[in-house]
Amino acid sequence: MIQNLPWLFLLLPLLAAVIDWVVFRKCSKCAAALSILSVAATFALCVAYLCGLQTGTPGIYTWMPVAAAQLSLHMGLVLDPLAMRMMLVVTGIGLLVHIFSIGYMKGDPSNLSRYFAGLSIFMFSMTCIVLADNLAMTFIGWEMVGFSSYLLIGHWFDKASAADAAKKAFITNRVGDFGFLIGILLTLGVFGSLNFADMGAKAAGIAPAILTATVLFLFCGAVGKSAQFPLHVWLPDAMEGPTPVSALIHAATMVAAGVYMLVRLQVAMGEAAFTGTACNVIATVGAITAVLAALMAVQQDDIKRVLAYSTLSQLGYMVMAVGLLAGEAAMFHLYTHAWFKALLFLGAGAIIICCHHEQDIWKMGGLAKRMPLTVLCFLMGTCALIAVPGFSGFFSKEAILDAALEQNPVFFWVGAGVAALTTFYMARLCLVAFCGSARAHGAEHAKEACPTMLLPLLVLAVMAIISGYGFAADSLVPFEGFHAHGFALGLPFYAGMGALALGLLLAFALYGCGKRSKDPLSGNAVSDALRNRFYIDALYDKVIIGGLQEIVAHIIEFIDAAVIRGLLMQGSAWLTARIGLLLSYIQGGSLRAYAFVCGFGLLILIFLLAFNL
Amino acid sequence: MIPLAHYLIFSGLLFSIGLAGVLVRKNIIVVFMCLEMMLTAANVSLVAFSRAQGTAGIPVYDAQVLSLFVSGIAAAEVAIGLALIVAMFRSRKSVESTELTSLKD
Repeated sequence: MIQNLPWLFLLLPLLAAVIDWVVFRKCSKCAAALSILSVAATFALCVAYLCGLQTGTPGIYTWMPVAAAQLSLHMGLVLDPLAMRMMLVVTGIGLLVHIFSIGYMKGDPSNLSRYFAGLSIFMFSMTCIVLADNLAMTFIGWEMVGFSSYLLIGHWFDKASAADAAKKAFITNRVGDFGFLIGILLTLGVFGSLNFADMGAKAAGIAPAILTATVLFLFCGAVGKSAQFPLHVWLPDAMEGPTPVSALIHAATMVAAGVYMLVRLQVAMGEAAFTGTACNVIATVGAITAVLAALMAVQQDDIKRVLAYSTLSQLGYMVMAVGLLAGEAAMFHLYTHAWFKALLFLGAGAIIICCHHEQDIWKMGGLAKRMPLTVLCFLMGTCALIAVPGFSGFFSKEAILDAALEQNPVFFWVGAGVAALTTFYMARLCLVAFCGSARAHGAEHAKEACPTMLLPLLVLAVMAIISGYGFAADSLVPFEGFHAHGFALGLPFYAGMGALALGLLLAFALYGCGKRSKDPLSGNAVSDALRNRFYIDALYDKVIIGGLQEIVAHIIEFIDAAVIRGLLMQGSAWLTARIGLLLSYIQGGSLRAYAFVCGFGLLILIFLLAFNL
Repeated sequence: MIPLAHYLIFSGLLFSIGLAGVLVRKNIIVVFMCLEMMLTAANVSLVAFSRAQGTAGIPVYDAQVLSLFVSGIAAAEVAIGLALIVAMFRSRKSVESTELTSLKD
């Protein structure tokens, strides 16, 4: 019995979601309390396991036998350090976000039971990905997080942009998931099993080309879920959802699931499976995403969008690290990034609420004086993100740059460039929003956030500072055998410092102390391209939606008009009418004709009976 | 004694004349009379069979009883049929079957 305790990780949030949805529909306070209770319980359980609680191997539930005994889909839990430490990130940040949500969603007219049920179903699905011991279960969780993300982005579904963003996120993810599914089937074909535990032994005997193809198809899933180029378009739009949702799903956990899955595979299959083409493709995609997203972030005005592009760029970093066979660096960065990016998003959420739902940084200004504590927390997150020495992001970024320098210097310089851009856009955001004087009415009357919002911010701010140091990182970074990055003076350090200094200098030179009321960089072609995301979204609109969908629509319209409406509906009506017209000749209205037919029929009957035909 | 076949041929002829009358005549009263003729033909053959199947000069009375029933039913039919024809004549001033087209038109 006790060995099945880990199943509570899955059952508690699922139960909370169901009860929230079915029983507490009208009582949002009960729903919030139940959701928070469930995530707090899973967090406590997670801490207990990390502190050395042993319950033996959890039972495996065989879900669906396929092809007799050769294969069966089953649900099993893996409780290795990689999974449990990732669980700590998920439940820890989940708990803080739940608490923050109470303050953030106070007075919101939408149905909050639905909101908390959505959060709980997300916690359930994310747990399913993290603890899955086979790819089939990962895929189930994978689709479930997509679904819950759809629900939560579209929480304010009566706003057209939110409904569109939810659809965009879901459909874009489907593209990646299709590749992921092919990858899973390929894995099943070449490995004969979907269990992570069985993969390592078999990987050596498989042709490198097939192995590369498998890995790349599986990577498609990560491209969709972790919003890598060219499927990155959904993540910035996903910011239409409530800000705590952006913090939890679209910054800290779900979008990191792709990286987690890749690292899990790298551990399971062995690094040898990734070498060669697979590695290069993964690293290149990550690098492209990191650069493009960082460039786009430079010219965004919406505080959440700046953070969204920054998330994209940091995810690109992580994927690049996976491609450079530095899974431990990727997970280290995932871990620190989860804390400080959740902090930044929740900080942004607090700022947005306090500025009366104003998201444009050019309509803020001077916030440092009006809400010092929130701004201080936000600055802590910023320092971690731009890798100021001593903050958590500094250590993890150094780890990635180190790995890049070791493997391929090109990626090292890309990483350093992105670091400079990161510093520049974050400094721009802070200077414009926090310094100078208020540029709009909302910002003039901003007050400090309420305690339920401040508490999670303070906890996250502490984590953003300490999570990079050995004492926290050694036992908590989701990677087995991680060694806290020993800090050493070297090229990575100098490059990082150079990037930091360059970004800060440029930002201060251009934006001064928030005195400007308008972006000095705006108004030229380059700025327009950056603002419009390099026109990638427009291109997709034109080519895929405009081109492909139009063609498909025409084919479907033809089938509908010609086959269904023309042939089936009108055709059958025409046939019935014709038969009716023919039959009407029989009913001529002549009594004698009827009598004749009747008599003739009788004769035939007698004939048949008499001659026994 | 007249053999059974003669009765049956007579009955068949009577039936055929009746059927022909039903088919070709327009006047409903004549059609009706022809119908009666067909019933009578059936009666004739019933009685003929009754005599032919009998033993020691005693006929099989079942068939004769049946022919009585047929006559009874024919009488009832006449009562209803004539009443209908009278009603029809009153409303249409005609007993021609070709005139009965109001449902068709």
